[in-house]
Amino acid sequence: MGCEMETDQTEDMDVVLSSMWPEDINEAGRQFNVERPGADQDMLEEVTINKEPNIVDFKRLMELTNYSDKGNWQLANLIKNWEYKQENAVRLLREELDNLSKQQQEVELKKLEILEEHRFEQDGYGGDKRPISILDENLKYLYQDAPRRRNDVVFEDEKVEIEAEFDSVVYWKQRAVHLEKLLEASIKREQVLIEKLQESIENLERQSSPVEELSQVLKRADNFLHFVLQNAPVVIGHQDKELRYRFIFNHFPSLGEQDIIGKTDVEIFSGAGVKESQDFKREVLERGLPAKREITFETELFGSKTFLIYVEPVFSKAGETIGVNYMGMEVTDQVRKREKMAKLREEMAVQKAKETELNKTIHITEESMRAKQMLATMSHEIRSPLSGVVESGVMKLEATKFRPREVVKHVLQTAAASLQKLLTLEGNVADDVPVEVIGDVLRIRQILTNLVSNAIKFTHEGKVGINLYVVQEPSTIAKQGSQKLDRDTTKELPMSESQDDQNGRDENSTCENHKLSNGAQVEEEKETNRKTEEQVVWIRCDVYDTGIGIPENAIPTLFKKYMQVGADTARKYGGTGLGLAICKQLVELMGGHLTVSSVEHHGSTFTFVLPYKVSSISDSSDDPDELSDSDHQDVLGDGNDDDLHSGVFVFQPRTLGTLFSSQSSTRIQKLTPNSYAFNKCNGLLLEDSLSPSSNITYKETRSDEDANSAAGPMETSYELEISDNLSSAEKHEKSVPNTDLVGRFHPYVHPSNSLRAKHNVDENLETCVTYQGQAQAQARTDGISSECSSSNSPEIPKGDLKPKILLVDDNKINVMVTKSMMKQLGHNIDVVHNGAEAVRAVQSNNYHLVLMDVCMPVMDGLEATRLIRSYEETGSWDDAIKAGVDIQLPSPDSQSNSQLEKTRKRIPIIAMTANALSESADECYANGMDSFVSKPITFQNMKQCLQQYLP
Amino acid sequence: MLGLSVDRLRADMNRLLALLFHQGVLDEQFLQLQQLQDESSPNFVSEVVNIYFHESEKLLRNLRGLLVDKEFSDYKKMGIHLNQFMGSSSSIGAQRVRNVCVAFRAASEQNNRAGCLRALELLEYEYCYLKNKLHELFQIEQQRILAAGVRYPQQQQPNNP
Repeated sequence: MGCEMETDQTEDMDVVLSSMWPEDINEAGRQFNVERPGADQDMLEEVTINKEPNIVDFKRLMELTNYSDKGNWQLANLIKNWEYKQENAVRLLREELDNLSKQQQEVELKKLEILEEHRFEQDGYGGDKRPISILDENLKYLYQDAPRRRNDVVFEDEKVEIEAEFDSVVYWKQRAVHLEKLLEASIKREQVLIEKLQESIENLERQSSPVEELSQVLKRADNFLHFVLQNAPVVIGHQDKELRYRFIFNHFPSLGEQDIIGKTDVEIFSGAGVKESQDFKREVLERGLPAKREITFETELFGSKTFLIYVEPVFSKAGETIGVNYMGMEVTDQVRKREKMAKLREEMAVQKAKETELNKTIHITEESMRAKQMLATMSHEIRSPLSGVVESGVMKLEATKFRPREVVKHVLQTAAASLQKLLTLEGNVADDVPVEVIGDVLRIRQILTNLVSNAIKFTHEGKVGINLYVVQEPSTIAKQGSQKLDRDTTKELPMSESQDDQNGRDENSTCENHKLSNGAQVEEEKETNRKTEEQVVWIRCDVYDTGIGIPENAIPTLFKKYMQVGADTARKYGGTGLGLAICKQLVELMGGHLTVSSVEHHGSTFTFVLPYKVSSISDSSDDPDELSDSDHQDVLGDGNDDDLHSGVFVFQPRTLGTLFSSQSSTRIQKLTPNSYAFNKCNGLLLEDSLSPSSNITYKETRSDEDANSAAGPMETSYELEISDNLSSAEKHEKSVPNTDLVGRFHPYVHPSNSLRAKHNVDENLETCVTYQGQAQAQARTDGISSECSSSNSPEIPKGDLKPKILLVDDNKINVMVTKSMMKQLGHNIDVVHNGAEAVRAVQSNNYHLVLMDVCMPVMDGLEATRLIRSYEETGSWDDAIKAGVDIQLPSPDSQSNSQLEKTRKRIPIIAMTANALSESADECYANGMDSFVSKPITFQNMKQCLQQYLP
Repeated sequence: MLGLSVDRLRADMNRLLALLFHQGVLDEQFLQLQQLQDESSPNFVSEVVNIYFHESEKLLRNLRGLLVDKEFSDYKKMGIHLNQFMGSSSSIGAQRVRNVCVAFRAASEQNNRAGCLRALELLEYEYCYLKNKLHELFQIEQQRILAAGVRYPQQQQPNNP
């Protein structure tokens, strides 16, 4: 039984034993999760792992595992695992051993018992081998086991078995044999056990030891690490407290083990960044906190590379830092990219900042420009039409005598002067409008100017015009249909042409209703006028255009301050919207009213009706002769005689474009009446130069005076010839059925004509007045030219209408610019390029003005001036010839005496000086120059100069 | 669309001009030049400026040639060239070029070769800058004119159906 039990036990133990081995040692530490390789497949086998980069200081590793917490912990894990296994094995063995020894004891005990029995027998036979006192205490010890054994149940059982044949020799023999057998069996079992033990031990040995297994696992983990890291640009290392390398993994090793292990960074390589990295590691070491940093190395060893370095401190069990783990990854490319990005971003930011700055500047510039423009517009609007209203409360109406025709003509002239469009400006003053009336001419002119300039502003093609005619008192007019009124009034006009025109226009414009807001007041005024027995005439003035018109819904707000038809209009056409409001106010202040009618896209008509006193004295005071003349002139419709009676003015566009081109056209327009009147006397030329259109705008009174003063000499110089001329002209006129042409002159419609006109008097006379009916014009001019030349030739022998100007300048650009400027000012100029040429040119031509550059090659302006002056004084070119100028002396027969006389007049010579140059004004004067203009030449100074020096 | 581009181009031109004025590259004289441009001479400004470029380049070449001669620089001739340059620059309103010319001439009057060389360098720089900017300006203007030209028939269409 006992035997069986034992074997059972051992079998059980076997099972336990195998089950006790842990399946997975990884349970203990999960640092590496490594795939368990199957029997025949291990992926790592196919991968060649280059193990070389691993350089380990094993001693240090031992130390580390001994001292550092981490190493310790890992080791402890391993040990724990090992111990656990070991313990298991030991325990199993011990159990088995226990069993065995127990059995052995039993066996021995039995043996002892048997021996004892034998001894008892021997004792019985041979007495005591050792006398033992019963009282002897030791005996107890001697038999200590025996009594216990006897207590053993097994033993007693056996005893019971044997009891049957107890106490016989056979019994004892049997018993002995039996015991012998038992002993033998026991010994056999013992042997088996020993064998088993041996076997087990052998098994143990044969079984792979845990160390081996662990190291295998570690190796696999290691292999994986290598596998993963084999191509990574990573350096892994451990450095001790002195920052000496104890372990390094570097996939691209450039140094051997002996070069690295036990050395510090600084000792290994040198260059930029090395020191920094070492300091960084030291810092980590000291602070005891892991940290990352990017360090750029510039070393001989591997060139310029940037590493992202991670350093963590390693602590001993006692908590002291005993080294650092270090991991570096090469991020050169990334850093480069990043830097490039940063740079780009920075550039972008700078660019953006610049842009905003620039935009700001531009914005400011634009704003200021706009502000300037606004101011300019406003100041113009305030200045020109209605400066009076600004001091509105205290406005006082002036009562001055003036000639309505004159006003209309001047307003149109002024407008034409600054006209920049292809527009026809026309004016019609009805016959019944008195020659002179009394009113506040300044303000009326302002209103008219404003309305006309408005009309021009909003008109792109067609015409702008003024109609002036006498109407009944507004109170009565208001009752009549406006259309009819227009017709009626136009019928009064003498010119059928203008009537046609008017009618055509009326179709477009729903004519104005005279809403007489202040009708009562006017009535009153009229009454007072009657009381003073002064005749009051109501004159209606229409300013019409063929422009963009005004939308119906905008008309009510039109006269409000600062209101324009729309924001759009304001932007497109400018202006503040102040003008009309002031106009209306002014008109009403003067006892009249201002209305508007318009058809969109067809045009607008602004109408104001004002009462004027009729100047009774003026008619009588004027020269009766002249009046009679002017009556004739009315038929001709030309404003030659200061518009006293002629009521029609047309200013047709000659050129497009700039202010200055139109400037020149006014000049021509002013000249044309003269030529039309077949008069080229100095007085008229004088008028032209004295009343430039630009003056008119800001100095009305002056232009009035100018006109008046100009009228004086004109009248006198005309008288004789005009009466003849005009009467003949009138005859022509009457013979021509087409009255359309009457009174309309078309100054220089053909540029070629105009050019010729400037050069040649005779041609001028033929062409300056271009009639639509050529034959007629021809007939007329033929008749006139003879008369003209006869009357004028004594005064101006070969006078050109256009003054001849010589420009002396060697600079191509200056010449181009000056020439173009002069062209726009209405002059053609001759150009030479040095002083010598200038002298020759003066010698062979009659110039009215010389513009002389000072610094020139060959001969400078000062010398040339001296030579010209010398000739003017002495009448000979000797000095010039002496100076080397190749003068071709005129053949005596070709030059008339009078011409010589003429050329010897002192020519105004104007120096052109650059301020920066040392040419001083004194020098210019000293050499006989009259004046100087500073370069660069501008319209302003050129105009001034021409005004001053051209007759 | 086209109208917008015209406006935009005009705005571009104004902006560029404003910039040049702001920088002092150009002065009011250039506006005078622009006023001279009208229907009868639609390309006046660019014509004048192109001649200016042509002349200026000749002058710059001559000036450099005079200065390169180390032994003997004809300062008098240089002064004549500079007067020319100055005159034409001020005529078209090339303010900065003109100012450099003034400095250049001062240096040449003192026979200061180093100063002249410096001034020449600066002059060349300023000239190039001006040239580039004006070219840009003309280009925009040309585009603007083209764009404006395209617009006309469109406007007329509704009138003549």
